[in-house]
Amino acid sequence: MQKNSAFSAEQYDKLHQVIAEYRDMPGPLMPVMQKAQEIFGYLPIEVQNEIADGLGIPMTDVYGVATFYSQFTLEPRGQHTIGICMGTACYVKNAALVLEALKKNLGVEVGKTTEDGLFTLDATRCLGCCGLAPVITIDETVYGRMTPDEVPGILAKYKA
Amino acid sequence: MNLFRSQVLICGGTGCTSSDSPKLAARFETLLAEKGLDKEVKIVRTGCFGLCEAGPVVIVYPEGAFYSRVKLEDVDEIVEEHLVKGRIVRHLLYHDSVDEQTQSIKALDDTRFYRKQKRVALRNCGVIDPENIDDYIATDGYMALAKVLTEWQPQDVIDCLKASGLRGRGGAGFPTGNKWAFAVGSKSDKKYVLCNADEGDPGAFMDRSVLEGDPHAVLEAMAIAGYTIGSDQGYIYVRAEYPIAVKRLTIAIGQARAYGLLGKNILGTGFNFDIELRLGAGAFVCGEETALMTSIEGNRGEPRPRPPFPAVKGLFGKPSILNNVETYANIPQIILKGADWFASMGTEKSKGTKVFALGGKINNTGLVEVEMGTTLREIVEDIGGGCPNGKKFKAAQTGGPSGGCIPASMLDIKIDYDNLIAAGSMMGSGGLIVMDEDNCMVDIARFFLEFTVDESCGKCTPCRVGTRRMLEILQRITEGKGEEGDIERLETLAKTIQASALCGLGQTAPNPVLSTLRYFRDEYEVHIKEKRCPAGQCKKLLRYTIVADKCKGCGLCARNCPVKCISGEVRKPFVIDSSKCIKCGACMDNCRFGAIERK
Repeated sequence: MQKNSAFSAEQYDKLHQVIAEYRDMPGPLMPVMQKAQEIFGYLPIEVQNEIADGLGIPMTDVYGVATFYSQFTLEPRGQHTIGICMGTACYVKNAALVLEALKKNLGVEVGKTTEDGLFTLDATRCLGCCGLAPVITIDETVYGRMTPDEVPGILAKYKA
Repeated sequence: MNLFRSQVLICGGTGCTSSDSPKLAARFETLLAEKGLDKEVKIVRTGCFGLCEAGPVVIVYPEGAFYSRVKLEDVDEIVEEHLVKGRIVRHLLYHDSVDEQTQSIKALDDTRFYRKQKRVALRNCGVIDPENIDDYIATDGYMALAKVLTEWQPQDVIDCLKASGLRGRGGAGFPTGNKWAFAVGSKSDKKYVLCNADEGDPGAFMDRSVLEGDPHAVLEAMAIAGYTIGSDQGYIYVRAEYPIAVKRLTIAIGQARAYGLLGKNILGTGFNFDIELRLGAGAFVCGEETALMTSIEGNRGEPRPRPPFPAVKGLFGKPSILNNVETYANIPQIILKGADWFASMGTEKSKGTKVFALGGKINNTGLVEVEMGTTLREIVEDIGGGCPNGKKFKAAQTGGPSGGCIPASMLDIKIDYDNLIAAGSMMGSGGLIVMDEDNCMVDIARFFLEFTVDESCGKCTPCRVGTRRMLEILQRITEGKGEEGDIERLETLAKTIQASALCGLGQTAPNPVLSTLRYFRDEYEVHIKEKRCPAGQCKKLLRYTIVADKCKGCGLCARNCPVKCISGEVRKPFVIDSSKCIKCGACMDNCRFGAIERK
């Protein structure tokens, strides 16, 4: 299999270690894919192939799992991931308006990455901090009690 | 062992962590060390206190001073005034924690939010340090496991659970004792004990709080389950979106192994049991028991038909039991305090307590645990403090995407499994979202259907196609394109899906639509016949008009209108052409005289 030059041999070494560690466990596929995504940032076809070969699982099954779960991504992500909570508590507190403001400001739809590769916009499931609704997260940071007006200011911090 | 004169409890639940409680804890530690008080004052990072609205929360004992919405700079004041000089910082106290007449500090249980609560599953949340097994052991932790392993036969556990009347807290309410008894009856060389921590209902965070605040309670109960059914391996399937819960579980499992409470030959009794974590990857359907097992096996999380039930053929084809986090959290206490104690709480058919995640348009957002049979009114008005800004309560949504809305006329309903089902909703895992007069019920139904369509695994046609058709009708209605007969079409589709979908997710997917149709049919009709949204939520049904009396004729609205549908002469009232308006609201945002109305 042709290896993608964008990835280092070191990354592949890590993947092979992970595969060796999990291969004999019951149900190894998902934990390996989760680790692989940590290593590579996303799961391109060549990484999926590597996993399929390593675990002796058909590529169709690997691809099936990769496309079933929303956590796995087949495309590279932006430098920062913005998640807007679309849980019920946030929704009834006008999360939709905050989402509109984000889309307008970033110029991308949900699930897409901005052209400069800076932000990926995700609509996430309930984040479980409903007391702060409506909530957005940028990487690990949580911004609570959001209003659409606050969006540009917060994004600016990451553009600098 | 150090003796401390004061303890500072800082909430480390998800809500408070999101509003920077870890920074508060670090600041406390720095300041106390600087003042040489670190041997006198102990900082404890606890799980969720429940009152997320007041977060980040800090409680200082022995006084029991409940500081709310604490900011980083407030920490300096609390240390200087309270911990050094012994003077409570009154202006930072939670407003309801001071007795108005005597000005003394109320016990936490006497505040309005806690008074009607009864904490069983949450007993340790906000009390102990979840990352320290000694804290759990100090509150009778692992006593139930020890009792069961040394004094009880497996059948005694089954009898105790059956007598307690405990029913599954994940939503369906199946009697836990019966579920375990089935698995005891299955003969096999290998059996599994599973914990469902794939809490996917939007607006529900009960399980997460238990895992974050009292992880050992779940581990202990799973070990008890292992002894009872004859299993030596447990799995906890937890959402990857819950990083704090995952971290604390990992720590807890490590500590329990180090103490010999998990692993080989537990407490010298020859009983072996270990637990492994499996992380979900963002699929709501994996909360369904058969889908969860398929997912642990490493496949697409698609449900499979039952029977065979998991107690006969579950994970990796072996007999398995699956319980929800909150169910497990109740079990050690039932064993220690007895089935009668548990059965003395609640209603005839629903025993014990239930945790609810109270959210939405409510003053006291947070986590509440009440006895079964508490009325919705007590939860919303007494504990929750009603809707903010004096708005009128319209409905409460329970059961998430599988549940329904309970209208204001039914506020006195006593909450238990059976009453909620009779009201067209369900207990679900315990999300309780309050809606006020500004929320449109058709839009809420559409919101939930959008969720189900997105999360449908696609295996069976009724769910994959049926819910999509329902969503299309709802979208049409909220966009002003509703047709005569749409309500009837929704009802027919709903009944077909309920009767024919493969799993619980599909069968209950129509519930949000059916329950809103049952109580708010008139709202659907107004949307369809009058093309109007009474709550003013459905954007495409809004009408923007210019109030002639207020308009100064400056023309700012017309200049900002992206479709140029506003016209008029300078210094005379302008007019909006509704047929061209795209309802973007730019005119309203730009008007300096409040002359634009949205209805």
